[in-house]
Amino acid sequence: MSSLSLLLQAAADGSIGKMGAGIGAGLAAIGAGIGIGRIGQGALESIARQPEVAGDVRTNMILTAAFVEGVALFAIVVCLLIAVA
Amino acid sequence: MKKFLLALSTVIFLFFSTTSLFATENSESEKFNPGPFIVGHVIDDYGWHITGEGAQSVSIPLPVILFDGGKPVVFMSNKFHHGHCAYKGYALGFTPETKRTIVKLNDSEFTGEIAELAQKNNITDDEGMASLIDADASLIDISITKNVCSLLISIIILLWLFLKVAKQYKQRENQAPHGAQGLVEPLILFIRDEVAIPSLGNKYEKYFPYLLTLFFFILVNNLMGLIPIFPGGANVTGNIAITGILAVITFLMTTFSSNKNYWKHIVNTPGVPWFLKFPIPLMPVVEFIGIFTKPFVLMVRLFANITAGHIIALGVISLIFIFGGLYGPALGYGVSIVSLVFYVFMGLLECIVAFIQAFVFTLLTALFTGMAMEEEH
Repeated sequence: MSSLSLLLQAAADGSIGKMGAGIGAGLAAIGAGIGIGRIGQGALESIARQPEVAGDVRTNMILTAAFVEGVALFAIVVCLLIAVA
Repeated sequence: MKKFLLALSTVIFLFFSTTSLFATENSESEKFNPGPFIVGHVIDDYGWHITGEGAQSVSIPLPVILFDGGKPVVFMSNKFHHGHCAYKGYALGFTPETKRTIVKLNDSEFTGEIAELAQKNNITDDEGMASLIDADASLIDISITKNVCSLLISIIILLWLFLKVAKQYKQRENQAPHGAQGLVEPLILFIRDEVAIPSLGNKYEKYFPYLLTLFFFILVNNLMGLIPIFPGGANVTGNIAITGILAVITFLMTTFSSNKNYWKHIVNTPGVPWFLKFPIPLMPVVEFIGIFTKPFVLMVRLFANITAGHIIALGVISLIFIFGGLYGPALGYGVSIVSLVFYVFMGLLECIVAFIQAFVFTLLTALFTGMAMEEEH
């Protein structure tokens, strides 16, 4: 019970929120890392199997990576809003 | 030429090293706070900041245009002296709620230091400061701010480039491209062959001019944002209002070019079990929300990518002053080398991002429009 009141107190002065923003930014980075890593894996495998389509694969890889990054940045913006405002 | 470049880079280096030394000295008395510094550079402003901090800062004044109850008021933003002063009863907001907006004071003809006005009225606390502001004033602010000014510069660049290229095409018909044509032609062909035709099919010509405008507008503004000094540096495509308007145009384009088939897919999605549609219309609701989330995500993606790029660049530069303030100027100098290398690396990455984001926005706009016009198959 006392720990709960401590938590509530911390939440009231906004320090828990800032911690949450930090954790959220870290989670977003993990998600984006996994996503972009898997895209790179897929692209490299397909280029190794079929080197003649390397150009096409590369364009699509960068495009998909941009989409994943966009979602991660979505989370970063929310975290930033918590941390700054 | 080589000697001249060497001399130039030495002068630039010396200039920046003295300013950084000056800044680290300052930060010993007043700790450098990266948060407000970064936010101040990322969001819109009434002047175009060049160098310096606080009262010593140098910025290009931009016109402030207000409609005060229908009466137009025009003056330059340097009258505010970076927020310290009021001019003819107008001031930059000094309370937390009115920060970064223009407020009208109760004392409508007051010109001078706001601190003096506060002293005259014996005001010491925030609440008292808020009482200086005329809360009932109806100000319509259409000032030429930093973003608007940068937008105008981008428009001039685009007009200059494309009018020039268009003239060249008329003069040099059936000849190989030359000069600026070589820059623009591959991009136009890229948008036509990779974006417009695959997603819009044979009806692409109607939408092609807008797609090209969109692409070059975003690209030029992204690249201008990467230049750290005057004609660039404003965060135009990292402003949610601008990306929002672009997304609204995409939404209108999608909705107005939609056909019967598109709405049928929303109201009565084919190939979905009936229990997802009948007692509780789950699929129609999801599809209906989807109409709005597509442009919304488009808006946030561009905004977040470009703003994040600016924040990273500013953060890397801030590191110099953070370390300089913590352990003295010597470490600041040391970290500045690392920071600069990082900054160059991030800058190059941002060049790619600038292109990719312009491309993705155009591609998705074309794709959504193409999806809305798709015939039944």
